[in-house]
Amino acid sequence: MLHIKCPHCGLRSQNEFSYGGDATVKRPELNKEISDQDWDNYVYLRKSPRGKHLELWQHISGCRQWIKVERDTLTHEISKTLKANEEL
Amino acid sequence: MSQNFRLEKGGLINRNKKISFKFNGKKYFGFEGDTIASALIANGVHLVGRSFKYHRPRGFFGAGVDEPYAILQMNRNNEVDPNVRATEQELFEGLEAKSVNCWPNVDFDIGAINNFLNKFFPAGFYYKTFMWPKSFWYKIYEPIIRKAAGFGAASINHDKERYEHKYEYCDLLITGSGPSGLASAYAAAQNGAKVILAEDKPRFGGSLLTSEATIGNQSGKEWVDTIISKLKSMKNVIVKNRSQVFGYYDHNMLVMSERVSDHLPETEKYTPKQRLWYIRAKEVVISSGSIERPLVFGNNDAPGVMLSSAAKEYLKVYGVLVGKKPIIFTNNDSGYETAIEFKKNGIDPVVLDTRISPDSEIINEAKNLNITIKNSYVVVAAKGYKKVKSADIAKISDDKKKLSRIENIECDCICVSGFWTPSIHLASQSGNKTKFNEQIDSFIPNKSKQKETTLGSANGIFTLGETLKTSFEKGNELSKQLTNNDNKISIPAVVEKKSSEHDKFWCVPLPKGKNYKRFLDFQNDVAVSDIELALREGYRSIEHVKRYTTLGMATDQGKTSNLNGLQLVSELENKVVPQVGHTTFRPPYTPVSIGAIVGREVGKHSKPTRKSPMHYWHEKNNAVFVDAGVWLRPRYYKQGSENLFEASKREAKNVRQNVGICDVTTLGKIDIKGPDSAEFLNRVYTNAWLKLPIGKARYGVMLREDGIVMDDGTTTRISENHYHMTTTTAQAANVLSHLEYYLQLVWPELNVNVVSSTEQWAGAAIAGPKSRSVMQKLFPSLDVSNDGLPFMGYIEGNLFGIKARIYRISFSGELAYEVNVESDNGNFMWEKIMEVGKEFNIQPYGTEALSTLRIEMGHVAGSELDGRTIPYDNSLEGLISKKKDFIGKRSLSKKAYVAEDRQKIVGVVPLDKKTSIPEGSYIVKDAKAKLPNPKLGHVSASCWSVEHDNPFSLAIIKDGKNMIGQKLFALSPLKNKSIPVEIVSSHYVDPKGERVRS
Ligand SMILES: [Zn+2]
Repeated sequence: MLHIKCPHCGLRSQNEFSYGGDATVKRPELNKEISDQDWDNYVYLRKSPRGKHLELWQHISGCRQWIKVERDTLTHEISKTLKANEEL
Repeated sequence: MSQNFRLEKGGLINRNKKISFKFNGKKYFGFEGDTIASALIANGVHLVGRSFKYHRPRGFFGAGVDEPYAILQMNRNNEVDPNVRATEQELFEGLEAKSVNCWPNVDFDIGAINNFLNKFFPAGFYYKTFMWPKSFWYKIYEPIIRKAAGFGAASINHDKERYEHKYEYCDLLITGSGPSGLASAYAAAQNGAKVILAEDKPRFGGSLLTSEATIGNQSGKEWVDTIISKLKSMKNVIVKNRSQVFGYYDHNMLVMSERVSDHLPETEKYTPKQRLWYIRAKEVVISSGSIERPLVFGNNDAPGVMLSSAAKEYLKVYGVLVGKKPIIFTNNDSGYETAIEFKKNGIDPVVLDTRISPDSEIINEAKNLNITIKNSYVVVAAKGYKKVKSADIAKISDDKKKLSRIENIECDCICVSGFWTPSIHLASQSGNKTKFNEQIDSFIPNKSKQKETTLGSANGIFTLGETLKTSFEKGNELSKQLTNNDNKISIPAVVEKKSSEHDKFWCVPLPKGKNYKRFLDFQNDVAVSDIELALREGYRSIEHVKRYTTLGMATDQGKTSNLNGLQLVSELENKVVPQVGHTTFRPPYTPVSIGAIVGREVGKHSKPTRKSPMHYWHEKNNAVFVDAGVWLRPRYYKQGSENLFEASKREAKNVRQNVGICDVTTLGKIDIKGPDSAEFLNRVYTNAWLKLPIGKARYGVMLREDGIVMDDGTTTRISENHYHMTTTTAQAANVLSHLEYYLQLVWPELNVNVVSSTEQWAGAAIAGPKSRSVMQKLFPSLDVSNDGLPFMGYIEGNLFGIKARIYRISFSGELAYEVNVESDNGNFMWEKIMEVGKEFNIQPYGTEALSTLRIEMGHVAGSELDGRTIPYDNSLEGLISKKKDFIGKRSLSKKAYVAEDRQKIVGVVPLDKKTSIPEGSYIVKDAKAKLPNPKLGHVSASCWSVEHDNPFSLAIIKDGKNMIGQKLFALSPLKNKSIPVEIVSSHYVDPKGERVRS
């Protein structure tokens, strides 16, 4: 079980969180023209990197904040956790 | 029966307390401190089971967790405990145990015929044989295998015992209380670190309990007692015996199983039987020791053949002789320690050493004691079926290939020592990249992935002096980093005998003309010949060989067999062991009971049960409940001898004719506040929200980004910047997370706050043509007329002194209101409504009637919003705004979503107006078409229409908009039904929606 440091609450066990996928994906702006391909990429296509991955987790049984977690998908090592508005 | 094999004195047992127990129905005596194994051996009992595949007689092989044979079925306090290891289970008064895997009994076992048929049971036997003919499997093969094979039988009764879970955090978790565990624990504890020391056995000390070495001026045992009592007195230390750390998971989370009460005749009040510890440790010290390796020779599985270290442990810990005419067969000095122990107790052992001319302090001591030692000698085969009676021994050539001078000598046990295998299981589980150490021909931990350090013999260090020194230092070093204390450590002086190098020999060749079975895996009956066969058949990877032959796959996880298996594969393949590599170690290290894993999450504790504030009223009024997610909701209110169908029809009818009341507390509710709330709702929902006036509700549909409908519900504008959103019961949590996602990550500039208010409000829906009359009586000072409170209107009112929120919304399609009060007042509200509604024939209705009402109205719910439908499919396209963007909008222009013949919701009525259509039925054009019959769609919900008094269903079918009026078929292969149907509009009742607006 992972140990995730919520930037708001501190170190907590994984079972307090729920996973939210790739944190680097940006939603296209509202009302903006976008090609089918670009939209499909946003909705469906995700990388599956071996190594460092910046991902979203929500502290669902805690502060309910969405946070960013830099996790190594190979070793599960967590190198950094960030608030939603922080960048690496 | 007397304990013929118990020594007059010695051992760590309590001879003052005699304990009686039963094995296979026969009564025996042992002492407090015995295991079942030691007590049985003391009584001369060696035949305890039958092997898994060939049903060969099985005795005891070890004295601890590595035991592959002695797995018993135990009765404790009228509960059955299957798969108890006799070498670990402590004796208690009245214990009853019996053999498993034998039928009709252990002495005469039908399955043993497999032993004589063993030509037919080669590696991969199950894969090869039982595949054909297929029909034989159920009728012949399986019943026979079931009866004759397998280990213990689980009880079918509910387990009355209590199991608990515990979470703990520490600086250092130390797994094993041998010399390395004690030394590192003591050093760390002195630095003030929070230490947990876990020992699997009841007694602390590990190898020190059977060692002749001295530490300081103390014996091993005395030193153990001193350190343990010091550790126990320290507040920063938790010392646990009977506790196995069995799993090493991510981020230094380890799981330990504590056998709190298994050693007692019954579990004491307020204590669990077992406790599972989840331990998050900053550092882990693996001090799990090593397990002696068997030597492989003919019939090496016969009862009486056992590990030399086990024989020593039975002698020194339990005062028990495993035999009175022992052969010690060894390739290293450890065997001599056992021989010396025998000799000291008046028994004359014969030592067969595979080495040519070994020389060391221990060997000299054995020589001085006049122990018979034969160098370059091996056991060729054990003789005796149910117990070893003699052994064929032989001289072996220096190249270890040829046997000569084969002779038979009498013996009653053969104690084998093939050197030591470090227990690297936990290190391997943690992700440690292990390495092969040529010197000890074993794998040892190498590069740690997590915060883990392996010490002592688990790390391949086999001298006590070196172990204590490195362990004291490491314990100090690891704790120093965490506590910043640096207490001076003083490493005690150790006096131990020096050993000489071991011989890498491990498998005795077969003599000419002999075909003895030489076993590698004792629990799964895997012999040398099975591995040879697997390789001949082309299996190369050790992972494949393992699965094909089942080597190391038994419940002992190959603790005694893995390395010998590897040596064999590498020999046959002309590779070195590290090239072959070892298979992956996985948790649990030892079997864990399901009870411990489940813990307290049984019965009603397995998930929360949520009840509305009106629950007890429902109960008192004969409600029959149904699980709706975690909620319990009334399905119907039973009157007299009514069944579900009759009751729900009555309830639904009463809503259409008079007035009904339904508990809608379970609906998800989200409170939304902030100046940008309208803008936010406008982006979340598909329809327009910017102009919703205060005091008005609006129905909305929200999508996922892929265009699929996520949820629907009404949202009401309570005041300028305050909205009340409702969600379906099932999606409440997901919708909240969804809103939080967009507010926190995508549009953080929006000034909006959302919070769940589901549990804050109790809700009652009052529906039916007479609902307005009820409302007038309920709120006499309010104008609830169609002008005062029109459809989708909202007002606040005073319900007999209680603040209430009144929404004019409808799920039933009738004129309806929903009243919300604070949860605590829910029951008061409900009773008042029932009271004033009495004269209008008000009746409560449950979820079944609720479904009927919404289905015949064509209102969609969870069975249509099933994660596969877009708004169009549910005829909700009218709610899609063309003027604005919203979540998921861009996906709606996808080709498949705008296809001409896109699926759409329709109504389905059986032609005979009688046959109900099972939910999930397929709609097809031709009932008799060849399979697979092209499917147009499926029936999502069915009811008995109370308005039309015939069955009615909703279905989502291809080209639904052009199918109205078509005669098709509903097929239910599960119920073997084919029903001719007509497709009609999904709005079967009041298609213009006049009633809700009346
Ligand atoms: Zn948090």
